[in-house]
Amino acid sequence: MQQEMAYDAQGQPHPVVDFHNDYGGAKFGFWVFLMTEAMMFGTLFLLFAIYFYRHTESYVASSGHLDVWLGGTNTMILLISTYTMGLGTMMLRRGRVRAAVLLVGATALMALIFLGIKAVEWNMEISRGIYPGSGVLDALDRGEILFFGLYFVMTGLHGLHVIAGVALMSWVLLLIRSGGIRPEHTIVMKNVTLYWDFVHLVWIILFPLFYMIGV
Amino acid sequence: MPSFYHETHTMFGHLRNPVLQWIFSIDHKRIGLMYMTLMFTLFFLAVGAALTMRAELFAPGAQFLEPQTYNELFTFHGVTMIFLFIVPGIPATLGNFLLPLMLGAHDVSFPRLNLISFWFYVLGVILGISSLVTGHGFADTGWTFYAPYSIRTDAHVLSTLSAAFILGLSSILTGLNFIVTIHRLRAPGMGFFKMPLFIWGLYATAWIQVLATPVVGITLLLVILERTLGIGIFDPTKGGDPVLFEHLFWIYSHPAVYLMILPGFGIVSEVLPAFTRRTIFGYHAIAISSASIAGIGYLVWGHHMYTSGMSDLARVIFSFLTFLVAVPTGVKIFDWVATMYKGSIVLATPMLWILGSIINFTVGGLTGLTLGAIGPDIHLHDTYYVVAHFHYTILGGVIFMFIGGLHYWYPKITGKLYDEGLGRIAFGLAFVGFNMLWFPMFLAGFFGNPRRYFDYLPDFTVYHQISGVGALLIASGLVMIVYTFYRGLRSGRDAGPNPWNATTLEWHIPSPPPLENFPKIPYVDFEPYEYEAGEPLVQFDENFRRIR
Repeated sequence: MQQEMAYDAQGQPHPVVDFHNDYGGAKFGFWVFLMTEAMMFGTLFLLFAIYFYRHTESYVASSGHLDVWLGGTNTMILLISTYTMGLGTMMLRRGRVRAAVLLVGATALMALIFLGIKAVEWNMEISRGIYPGSGVLDALDRGEILFFGLYFVMTGLHGLHVIAGVALMSWVLLLIRSGGIRPEHTIVMKNVTLYWDFVHLVWIILFPLFYMIGV
Repeated sequence: MPSFYHETHTMFGHLRNPVLQWIFSIDHKRIGLMYMTLMFTLFFLAVGAALTMRAELFAPGAQFLEPQTYNELFTFHGVTMIFLFIVPGIPATLGNFLLPLMLGAHDVSFPRLNLISFWFYVLGVILGISSLVTGHGFADTGWTFYAPYSIRTDAHVLSTLSAAFILGLSSILTGLNFIVTIHRLRAPGMGFFKMPLFIWGLYATAWIQVLATPVVGITLLLVILERTLGIGIFDPTKGGDPVLFEHLFWIYSHPAVYLMILPGFGIVSEVLPAFTRRTIFGYHAIAISSASIAGIGYLVWGHHMYTSGMSDLARVIFSFLTFLVAVPTGVKIFDWVATMYKGSIVLATPMLWILGSIINFTVGGLTGLTLGAIGPDIHLHDTYYVVAHFHYTILGGVIFMFIGGLHYWYPKITGKLYDEGLGRIAFGLAFVGFNMLWFPMFLAGFFGNPRRYFDYLPDFTVYHQISGVGALLIASGLVMIVYTFYRGLRSGRDAGPNPWNATTLEWHIPSPPPLENFPKIPYVDFEPYEYEAGEPLVQFDENFRRIR
């Protein structure tokens, strides 16, 4: 498409930014979207901080019940997956499409493993009778009820974001196949990478808060 | 040139069915009009609920409503007016229609996302309204959903909460779209300080939408989880703290008050120069005050909670910060008055609505100061004084500005002129009715009539009866506006591109605008409101080159 121009009083042409292929706009829009995500998780972190301040001892005690090794493994997996995702974007920009596809696929696979481990962890808690509204949990002290309430809400919300991440990566793979993402047109891929970065950052904060304060 | 009513882009290429052409249109102007139709339908439903309550309150004692029905009615009125109408209202309707026109852009940055936010809005409306007919009746919590009552009540709170959550999402997406559009798609040459002031209002609003709405979203989600799973975050029996709910709720909902008023202020700043034929006084001050109101607006939520249990120090701080918001707001009002000073004022209908709104909003704002001060607030908290205060700001302020804006841009949207005489009579009815409706409430509240109650002591009868008459007057004014607009559409004269002699970009294109707004994007190197001897200083030829 031809670049549209606006002409000033002296007859000088000035390029008009068009919404159809505005890379800068797409990138900026995604950053703004990430701000809303940050505000949402930020609210939950604020709640965590307030209840931690009020019930420090029972928070530390209930944190000890979580399996720090499983959580730690998941942290490592997410760290590596961010690396592969970023590397994928880099490869695509250099025109190495096949390598990019493999790297995005590997990232999606790691995300699925993360979800699997998460499921094992949740299952461990639930089989001990600890889940929101359960009799066992409600018999514990208030700090522990709040700790596990927030644990399930926050890791659950994060898990939903991981699931969305897997969906987005599959979509990226489809787009690469159909030519919607090309080495010279990577904005969608960049935004998905940015999203995955955000998801891993949230986990990096969640992990010490929930697993490490009791160690 | 065919207008956007004749041709459109849709999500799925070219559709032949005219109804589908509307439903799937990604043209910002059509989306704005769809919002408008749906929102005003809901507005009149909520007005109906309000009139029913007023009729019940016309005399002390029970007339024809059950107390529970009354609770559901005021919740329906509040939820519909706040979440469905006034918070998304001006940005989604006039904002969508005008933002690209005023910026000199072909459309918003993400036209498909724009349509998707409209669908989210529709989904929210369906969910919200459906709770009227399913389950144990509509929510009875008031629009604030205070925990722990909202966790315990048998009424159908879940779908109302989910509706509010989805509407929040829709509002976030609109805000995001506007921010990116304003940053990226301004016409060449148009710096931030050459943008029209309505855009400044929308810009400040959009940031609040983006940064505040997620907080209330997650808070409402927690209440949903509380009701379904019993997680205990806000449930005092499990150690949760219901006052925290209030904090989180008002961290959003107080900025949301500015989210309602800022685009309204923008409309005032558009209408005043056009009907005084003068450059607006203090353009920069008005623009920056919008941004500072948005900023300070985040820090004042605590004034809703003076009586909910807070340290004295926190109360003093919140009281101080609340007073601080009055400063940029005062700057705006003084700038508007200075604009009118020695101007040749044309008292056309839009101008009347704007003048009325400035008067009402000043009353609402000054009574807001008495509520922001701790001492009086303890006395006046949850009385009709508060109800009168926020109706003076929101109904008398925002909705008056909104209606003024609708009259102002009516010729641009429809290409027709409405009947001035009818418009002025409708304004007179609404203005007198409004003040009769709400001013007595200040007195009733001051003498101790609590709000939200189904009944009242006989001492307060006279105030409620004056209010009842006022309510009928303003309602008939509103109906008359609908009739005026309808008659304008049927038999109004052609408006031409610029019936008001206004200066901003949207008045330089045909009315109604063509599909892609501008045949050629203009170069904007001039201030938005410049007049010379009562005529717009800047003029373009048909290729959008400046001829003056």
